[in-house]
Amino acid sequence: MSDSSRNLSLQDVTVFRDRRCVIPPLSLSMTPGSILGVLGPNGAGKTSLLAACTGELPLSAGEIRYGVRGLNPKDARSLARTRAVLPQQSQLTFNLPVDQIIQIGAYPFPELSPAQIKLWFERVVECVDLDGLVHKPYNALSGGEQQRVQFARVLLQTHAIAHTQGHAYLFLDEPTASLDLRHQGRLFKTIQQLAKSQVVSIFVILHDLNLASRWCDTLLLLSPDHAPLFGKTADILTKESLRKVYGVDMQIQPHPFRPDELLILADV
Amino acid sequence: MHPSNNHIFIKSPGLATPSGLLLLSSVLLVAIVWALMSGAFQIRPMDMVGWVLGSQLDEVSRNVLLNIRAPRVLLGVITGAVLGMAGAVMQALFRNPLAEPGLVGLSAGASLGAVLAIVLTGGGLLLIGGFAFLGGLAATFLAYFLGKRSSHQSGLLLAGIAINSIGFGAMGVIIIHANDAQLRDLTFWNMGSLASADWAMLAWLTPWSFALIAFLLTQWRVLNALLLGEREAYHLGFHPVRLRWRFITLVALAVGPIVAVTGGIGFVGLVIPHLVRLWLGADHRWVLPASGIAGAIALTLADWLGRIVIAPSELPIGLVTCLLGGPFFIWLLLKGSRAHE
Repeated sequence: MSDSSRNLSLQDVTVFRDRRCVIPPLSLSMTPGSILGVLGPNGAGKTSLLAACTGELPLSAGEIRYGVRGLNPKDARSLARTRAVLPQQSQLTFNLPVDQIIQIGAYPFPELSPAQIKLWFERVVECVDLDGLVHKPYNALSGGEQQRVQFARVLLQTHAIAHTQGHAYLFLDEPTASLDLRHQGRLFKTIQQLAKSQVVSIFVILHDLNLASRWCDTLLLLSPDHAPLFGKTADILTKESLRKVYGVDMQIQPHPFRPDELLILADV
Repeated sequence: MHPSNNHIFIKSPGLATPSGLLLLSSVLLVAIVWALMSGAFQIRPMDMVGWVLGSQLDEVSRNVLLNIRAPRVLLGVITGAVLGMAGAVMQALFRNPLAEPGLVGLSAGASLGAVLAIVLTGGGLLLIGGFAFLGGLAATFLAYFLGKRSSHQSGLLLAGIAINSIGFGAMGVIIIHANDAQLRDLTFWNMGSLASADWAMLAWLTPWSFALIAFLLTQWRVLNALLLGEREAYHLGFHPVRLRWRFITLVALAVGPIVAVTGGIGFVGLVIPHLVRLWLGADHRWVLPASGIAGAIALTLADWLGRIVIAPSELPIGLVTCLLGGPFFIWLLLKGSRAHE
């Protein structure tokens, strides 16, 4: 059993935006070392939920706790030393080289030594396969390469948080949206290793049901019209619940390569 | 705020940035010496060297050097450094390469504040400086919020045009109602000039400006984080609302009194950070000091140019920077519109 004092817990979290309810009352608990996949159709409130958990979006009601500490959105500094966030797309006003962008991930930790940061820097560059690109200007990269650079920056921050605080929370918003197949696999292997080390909890928004089935331990299935579903991956990915949420018929069968996993085919 | 101990382990390709700063500092030193010696009244290099080594200068040269040229050159250095760095900070904060004290309306707001202080209270450096700060602060916040309503870069410029028109219109109304003594005080605002430099004013402007410059130099991490976006800066521990207040206030505190003394000197804050970024890259650790030094060089040389082209009479430095900076601005707009296509 893992240490529950590290749980990310949501208690009746509710968010209204312009009088519209974007997140219905939601309670869940994310255990350390697990990967929580957040699924749902467009407009189901996935990104809003991520923003609420990271402190960007004020709650209308309810409470969010990082371990024993309540979330205080005003204290940006200690939040940056608790959780790291990868947004969907980041545009740069002025061009910076890749290595400098990645190092920005260490900004919340001025107490760390350059040698320590250099170690993590090399590790994350290797992880996201950016070896030949570190001196390139960011704006000269393709969309997928830019996303990997941002992921490397967030990964560096995650390492620093886990090292200094003992535990890190990592939030990813569609991290594989513009990645090719090989880099999708690499990214998930990286975060799975982090999760297995028991010092990082991961919240990841996904659209691809098969990626969710392959990599996530627990799933949260959001829907604009129905109550959210939360549970073990195999319990959530059922024909009935998917049809209810997406309005699409799915075929679910054992995966031909990995029989203990599911292969989901949409009939669209 | 943070000790600057890390982030230096990777050498950027090309010119190493510290040697770029060293080169700029040397150029500034040469420009200062040149500006001290040269003008309508020439001081011979041999006399300067002799004076530095301890021999006497003749009375006229001494007077020109110490009481006319030295304060003027120092004011140029401070003004250039403040405007160059203010441009760099505003461009990062507004996430817009065209943000600059003049174009955004900060200078107009500060001028209006200063003019109000002269007409309402009769002057006094402290009051004029304070009013200039408040005017600049109000104008910059207005530009920020109006500019944010439009997602495109031009939104900020349109807001700046409106603020500039209101500022200059209101100043015109006040100037019509000013008496003769006040009018004399007011004339130099329209020109933008370093001619009013004297030691009494510099005695407070110098430490004030250098303290603000020194503080801004420590803020390079925040500004780098802002390059990624406001949301990303928040994720990295910098609260956007507090950042906005902090930097707009700091910039208004630095630029307001400068405008109160020199009037509107345009385009320095636009041109200088842009050239610095082309040369040294966009890392604020280097952009901030380099913009300060390069701004100081630019104004020292622009003032010198203004003093010699139609000597013995003078071209106000504001005209020089407009004549040089205007075409650069047009080039930047053309380049920007090509990039959007």
